[in-house]
Amino acid sequence: MNLKIYLGMLRKAEQTLAESFRQVAAGHAAEPDVHFLCHTLATQCEEHSRLLLPVVQRYGEDPSDNEPERIHAEGLSATRQGPVGLLRDLQDLYLLASLVDVTWAMVKQAGSALRDRELLDVVSRCDGETAVQLRWLQTRMKQAAPQALVVAR
Amino acid sequence: MVDRIAEIWGTRTPYPKDGLWPVRVDQALDATVTEGDVDRWVQSACVLCSNGCACDIAVKDGAMVGIRGRAGDLVNHGRLGPKGLFASWQGMSGKDRLTRPLIRENGRLIECDWDTAMDRITQRSRQLLEERGPLSHGFYTSGQLFLEEYYALAVLGKGGIGTPHMDGNTRLCTATAAAALKESFGADGQPGTYADIDSCDAIFLYGHNMAETQTVLWSRVLDRIAGPDRPRLVCVDPRDTEVAKYADVHLAVRPGTNLALMNALVREVLANGWADREYVRAHTLGLDELRAAVEPWTAEAAAAVCDVDAAGIREAARIFGTSSRVLSTVLQGFYQSAQATAASCQVNNLHLLRGLLGRPGCGILQMNGQPTAQNNRECGADGDLPGFRNWENPNHIAELAALWDVDPLTIPHWAPPTHAMQIFRYAEQGSIEFLWISATNPAVSMPELPRIRNILAKPGLFLVVQDLYLTETAQLADVVLPAAGWGEKTGTFTNANRTVHLSDKAVEPPGEARSDLDIFLDYARRMGFTTLRGEPLLPWAGPEEAFEAWKECSRGRPCDYTGITYDRLRGGSGIPWPCNTANPEGRERLYEDGIFPTDPDYCESYGHDLLTGATAGPEAFRAQAPGGRAILKAADYRPPHEEPDGRYPFRYTTGRTAYHFHTRTKTGRSRVLTSAAPTAWVEISPDDAGRLGIREGDLVKVTSRRGRIEVPARVSDIRNGTVFAPFHYGYWDQDGAPAEHPTAANELTITEWDPVSKQPVFKNAAVSVEKISDATGPAPAPTTTASRPAAAAGPRSIRPTAGGKDAEATERVGGSPPRFPDAVRRGPQGGTP
Ligand code: SF4
Repeated sequence: MNLKIYLGMLRKAEQTLAESFRQVAAGHAAEPDVHFLCHTLATQCEEHSRLLLPVVQRYGEDPSDNEPERIHAEGLSATRQGPVGLLRDLQDLYLLASLVDVTWAMVKQAGSALRDRELLDVVSRCDGETAVQLRWLQTRMKQAAPQALVVAR
Repeated sequence: MVDRIAEIWGTRTPYPKDGLWPVRVDQALDATVTEGDVDRWVQSACVLCSNGCACDIAVKDGAMVGIRGRAGDLVNHGRLGPKGLFASWQGMSGKDRLTRPLIRENGRLIECDWDTAMDRITQRSRQLLEERGPLSHGFYTSGQLFLEEYYALAVLGKGGIGTPHMDGNTRLCTATAAAALKESFGADGQPGTYADIDSCDAIFLYGHNMAETQTVLWSRVLDRIAGPDRPRLVCVDPRDTEVAKYADVHLAVRPGTNLALMNALVREVLANGWADREYVRAHTLGLDELRAAVEPWTAEAAAAVCDVDAAGIREAARIFGTSSRVLSTVLQGFYQSAQATAASCQVNNLHLLRGLLGRPGCGILQMNGQPTAQNNRECGADGDLPGFRNWENPNHIAELAALWDVDPLTIPHWAPPTHAMQIFRYAEQGSIEFLWISATNPAVSMPELPRIRNILAKPGLFLVVQDLYLTETAQLADVVLPAAGWGEKTGTFTNANRTVHLSDKAVEPPGEARSDLDIFLDYARRMGFTTLRGEPLLPWAGPEEAFEAWKECSRGRPCDYTGITYDRLRGGSGIPWPCNTANPEGRERLYEDGIFPTDPDYCESYGHDLLTGATAGPEAFRAQAPGGRAILKAADYRPPHEEPDGRYPFRYTTGRTAYHFHTRTKTGRSRVLTSAAPTAWVEISPDDAGRLGIREGDLVKVTSRRGRIEVPARVSDIRNGTVFAPFHYGYWDQDGAPAEHPTAANELTITEWDPVSKQPVFKNAAVSVEKISDATGPAPAPTTTASRPAAAAGPRSIRPTAGGKDAEATERVGGSPPRFPDAVRRGPQGGTP
């Protein structure tokens, strides 16, 4: 069943997002809200990944994704500096989180079709949190953008 | 005569449930003056805490020589506390008042005339507006100005310059109160009233050391306690405060764990069926989410996290769940701690679940710290928009633009107004280059002082400071403006239970000092801010015109002032808003009908996710179809971000003492108050002190990741593992900068804030404590308050705090107590004692 490919993708994407949140937390430690919240959200992603594990094991891991990635979601290699750097790093997180978000949506569809209560349970515990992560990133970027793009030196 | 330093709360006047709080008129006069010498009494209210006690100022030969409480006022029934009795007028007449403007020349501040100072300001301001635009400007105000001054600043900042960077130190004291009210009820506005103390069966004080922060309000509670049918008392506080002494249940939680406790209380109320199902169904949203969020928080689970007794949690919940009338008050122990908004919302939730709102004795008081903090919130010189308008609602912006006759695009509304901590961050990064600070002292009051001092001293930052004295902050300014203060100017302000008072000018300000309103109007005039029609944007000649303009701005909003005039405020009691055609005498309680301001077209906020602060946005808010129902907001507990470890094994918390306010700008200039609490100290429990070999009065070093203080230790009844330092003690009276032994509590605090209210976390940090040297005497901490020596420490020779002859005040008990609404109706004839 191809679902296992998606489950594998989702776990990997959550892990990548967690690492990226931690990276931004470290790189922008002078922004305390970003710093602390990114750590909190990283923990959330790790928890999602942990919750997924039993389902993944049930369907079987399939690392041999035979649909080659066309867009690479490899996470942040390094954080940037300064106000615009912060904005761009948050925007990268936003892209990664969007990938996670839409993958949860697809997994939920499959779970519904399979009437897999355990899987749907996991989805309902996680997808709301991913949605909030996206909303927070947007809130924070909208706050930062005018200063970063208009007056920052 | 009563020594009001020794007797902070004065003489008891007990009264029964549903009785009227007796009148007791407190009065203090300069030792050289008798009542007969007083030329006139000028009406005002005290600005040394958010209680807003009405008073009359004694004037003789053009000077303030004393004070007396107003018998007919609904707030204080004649009483005043030690700060009001002594600091309010003595604090204005320090020898070192600023009397002329100062400008920095070759690194030094030198005196100049107003034109020179204002030219320097407008030149820099104009140049930056031209070269960098409005986002280069920031304004940081206070909880000390008058309503008219905040409104003037809001109009010139939001409608003239168009900068979103305006906030007040209200961010440090009251932002969470406002945030929690907005999240739960849709808009700011205190639901309850102080009169709920008269009728309640139980009082819950959440992180609110009322005995020291609002001493007159605590007198009211003490008088109920001394009466025949005292209310039950529940106290949540890590220290053994006066409140804790009288509590039936004292939950001395670990700092930073409030939400775990609150979730457990909510859970208990739900699990025991104490909720009013009908009220919840008709008047609230979100029960399922709340139930799910609190489900893991059994009393035992919370007890483990908070380090309190599970039985205590159950007993507190039982008192809440089974008393027919409960009053809750909340302050900094919640507001300045981790998950501040989430924890404070749970207080609202408890009341919503039981339907305990809008009836006598059933109130919520999400308190304020400072006297005029409420007006900063209303007028929008802080991170709000004027009249509790919603920055995400384009119609609200259009209303303001029409009212001010400016382009709606001028008014910043693309994101929430910038909060104080972010304003300082932008200044640190150099994108805010013009910062104007009025009537507050961030060089002592903000977290992580070494960082704040660096920001304020940055060469690229043009700093204007407007104050009574050359504060630690003013010493770093490029231009210092001498401000007229309380008693030297006229204006209104509003206390924590929505009561509006007028404070009339009693004397002339010293030298060339000017009121903050005059200064703002002068700046606006010089900058040439105009409306679209080309008229001056701020055309007001004085405070009353500004007040009338504000009334229009408040029309139809929750804080409707349209029924109030200066004349109505003279003579009688203060008036609680809303005051309009529907509520001609004002309104004592909000939400009697269970209808809340959550209509999406009317509300002040669409709400936030409590964990992250993500905005919900208009669509999601509308989709819930709140229709006047309150929202039961929920969040899971998360441990605080800085917790004790091997290197920093103690939890650190900060706060006030009864004898001082803020950074002692006024209280430090009253001799009796200063001798009661002259210098800084740190409190530590007997067990911890014993382990570290620390004895009463020993000099200790307290260190965090940010800095250190070196102060004498008071061995007190604080909970084990936690130390407390008062935050009043900066350096203006000791050369202006930290010397060998730094004393400001904020040297140690962390730069972190609540995700929703953006209020800094002053009450949780990790520190180490070590002894430096032996005591030369007991610690300089009062013995009359939470800093009293530990009971277990055995006999000792610590002199009890007293004030002596200079601290004597008269107390006249008797007369018929004011009641709402008669006290307001009584008008100009009544009221004066
Ligand atoms: S309780 Fe507050 S307002 Fe009243 S006298 Fe004391 S300091 Fe002033």
